[in-house]
Amino acid sequence: MTRKQRRLALIGSALGVLAVAVGLVLFAMRDTIVFFYGPTEIAQKGIGPGARVRIGGLVKPGSMVREAGQTVQFAITDTATDVAVTYTGLLPDLFREGQGVIAEGTLQPDGSFRAASVLAKHDERYMPREVAAALKKQGVWQGEQPAAASDAKAVTQ
Amino acid sequence: MSVEVGHYALALALALAVIQVVLPFWGARARDAALMSIGPAAAVAVFVCVLIAFAALVKAHVTSDFSVVNVVENSHSLKPLLYKVTGVWGNHEGSMLLWILVLALFGALVAVSRRSVPEPLRTDTLAVQGVVTIAFLAFVLATSDPFARVFPAPAEGQDLNPILQDIGLAIHPPLLYVGYVGYSIVFAFAAAALIEGRIDAVWARAVRPWSLVAWIFLTLGIAMGSYWAYYELGWGGFWFWDPVENASLMPWLAGTALMHSMLVMEKRDALKVWTLLLAILTFSLSLLGTFLVRSGVLTSVHTFATDPGRGFFILCILVAFIGGGFALFAWRAPVLKQGGLFAPVSREGALVLNNLLLASACATVLIGTIYPLALEALTGDKISVGAPFFELTFLPLALALLLLVPFGQALAWKRGNLLGAAQRVVAALAIAVVGGAVTVAVTRGGPVLAVFGVGLGLFLVAAGVNEVVARSWSRGMPLSNALRRAFGLPRSAWGSAVAHAGVGVVVLGLAAQAWSVETLVTLKPGEAAQAGPFTVVLEGAFPRTGPNFNEEAARFRLIEGGAAVASVEASKRFYAARATTTTEAGIRTLGLSQVYVSLGDSRDGALGVRIYWKPFVLLIWLGAVVMALGGALSLSDRRLRLGVPVPSRRAQASLPTATPAAAE
Repeated sequence: MTRKQRRLALIGSALGVLAVAVGLVLFAMRDTIVFFYGPTEIAQKGIGPGARVRIGGLVKPGSMVREAGQTVQFAITDTATDVAVTYTGLLPDLFREGQGVIAEGTLQPDGSFRAASVLAKHDERYMPREVAAALKKQGVWQGEQPAAASDAKAVTQ
Repeated sequence: MSVEVGHYALALALALAVIQVVLPFWGARARDAALMSIGPAAAVAVFVCVLIAFAALVKAHVTSDFSVVNVVENSHSLKPLLYKVTGVWGNHEGSMLLWILVLALFGALVAVSRRSVPEPLRTDTLAVQGVVTIAFLAFVLATSDPFARVFPAPAEGQDLNPILQDIGLAIHPPLLYVGYVGYSIVFAFAAAALIEGRIDAVWARAVRPWSLVAWIFLTLGIAMGSYWAYYELGWGGFWFWDPVENASLMPWLAGTALMHSMLVMEKRDALKVWTLLLAILTFSLSLLGTFLVRSGVLTSVHTFATDPGRGFFILCILVAFIGGGFALFAWRAPVLKQGGLFAPVSREGALVLNNLLLASACATVLIGTIYPLALEALTGDKISVGAPFFELTFLPLALALLLLVPFGQALAWKRGNLLGAAQRVVAALAIAVVGGAVTVAVTRGGPVLAVFGVGLGLFLVAAGVNEVVARSWSRGMPLSNALRRAFGLPRSAWGSAVAHAGVGVVVLGLAAQAWSVETLVTLKPGEAAQAGPFTVVLEGAFPRTGPNFNEEAARFRLIEGGAAVASVEASKRFYAARATTTTEAGIRTLGLSQVYVSLGDSRDGALGVRIYWKPFVLLIWLGAVVMALGGALSLSDRRLRLGVPVPSRRAQASLPTATPAAAE
């Protein structure tokens, strides 16, 4: 092999691997990305049923109903709009009414939300960043509370 | 008093670090040996000062000195001693101090190492390491003082986040930091090489041990973090593609590529500029991880309290070092003598492919981690990029890479023979195919990818064994001869065989999770649920009191084939000091598999329970330990301990039998 051919082989394989990687990323970007909305945005943007999204807000006080098995119903609210959520599974340790929460799942044709996973905060004074932003948008944000030393979220699926 | 000493020692360390940078660097330019000799002394002094500061903070935590803000916010007088100590780095300020301690430790180690490194290179390396130390010391002193006092001192502290009150905090962060920060010294060596304008096999041989040390610890740190998340968070997952996990995975991928490219540089004097670039990139990704965790741009189990001032400061450090590193690279790299080209079909060619795939895989993780942040900053749209994205992008590249590993291992340096390499791995390939077929037969089907994973894992393990066998045994040779030859193989050959087999073990563990079972039930005492081969019976629930928590525990009995084989206990803990609940999963290890029980809420006397059967799950972390062991074997190779070889010996050094005795 001449020097030129060797260099070509090197550059060729580099471009080949790079092209595969770029192709995979572009392909994956099309349908693995999940958008985050507040309850009001869901109503305004007319998100269709079936799309996988994340909804963040507060668990509406008094909305939590436990059904048979481990299915739970509750509403996520930004005080202006509510979204009814159904979830089957163990809730995170700090899931409470009136606290910030993020649910990931799909909208049903009847406008309710079927959650595949629920994320809650793991500290009394802490609010998921996305939830805080959604609440600020609705003008019901209470202002920055002193953040705890090390905040953490708990996750369930 | 000791708190003030600690604070003063930290300030002194900053001043000494400035000396470590300025005088020796000037000396290296003027080739003044006296000025250059200040560097190692200053590096050791910086380390001692930071160690004093760290010890002072540990003392404040252990003695529950609540006049220190950091102790008030993260400790409690009732907390067990172990967590009083580990709580030191369970918060932003303390963990930053640990970061700097490791940074200074590596500087001091280079300073005192007797390895023969050319003096100007050592001086410049210590100077660059000093610059990094200055930046982080200034950051801590300006924005995150761990020694700040509070007056009047409260009577009791706020306790450490209960989720961190675990032995995992004693293991995971220190290992991870040694790994992360270890790449700072590799970065410093790379910058020094660029400043000196000289890079050769001597450089590669001087730096390889450091990159190996960092890699070993980063591997263990990531694995232990994954196991900790698995048992502590209570939902049975071990890798979440959480941005902060990705932040540790990226330097690992880049560091793994670096480890391999250094090999090419050392043996064949090629890939020199690329190796320097990777060294800069790896540390840049470490810094990026630090920024992501501490700036508050993410929500994650790992994020610390957010303070915009800190985020901005770290962003400045990030920009300065990444920008500075690449600017230096762009300016000086053309000065370096280019390495030679080589045949595509050869060990070095295979290692180039390894680097390409690792770098691409690292890039996909980077895109998946950064894209949501960039999109939100630019358009305000909030998205989350989770496991599905990485499974589509990272996984195919990783699988392609792993599939090629045994072939690459079997290729010779300089001029390889594809057919010969294929013949060498054919036995391993046969084992893999048989193993896959047996898996299909035993499990009666199963996901295609999982069966492929089992085959791939077996392929890698068998190829690792084969690598040693092929190098020490030929047909008709007596076994005693073969054994002698096997033990005579260079440790680095053993190291690479063991590490690659370790990767195979990880792959086996991951693939086996396709057959894991998850059951979600509500149980009353005496009721049972099925999980894999076991019937899990709830024996009863009872309250219990711990040192700083109360818990509601439940005991389960595992029954297999009518006989009770084991019992397991899970609980839900309530920590009064923080009004926080944590789920303590009950885990029973049976061989390499585990039964994992996690409690939910109880209602009407029935307990919500999630039960997992996780076959061969321990292989995932054991494999990582095997990988680290391989790294350690490689590190103990006498050729690395020997340091710079005399050129005439270098040709011989690649022959296992010709290596001269270690001259230490």
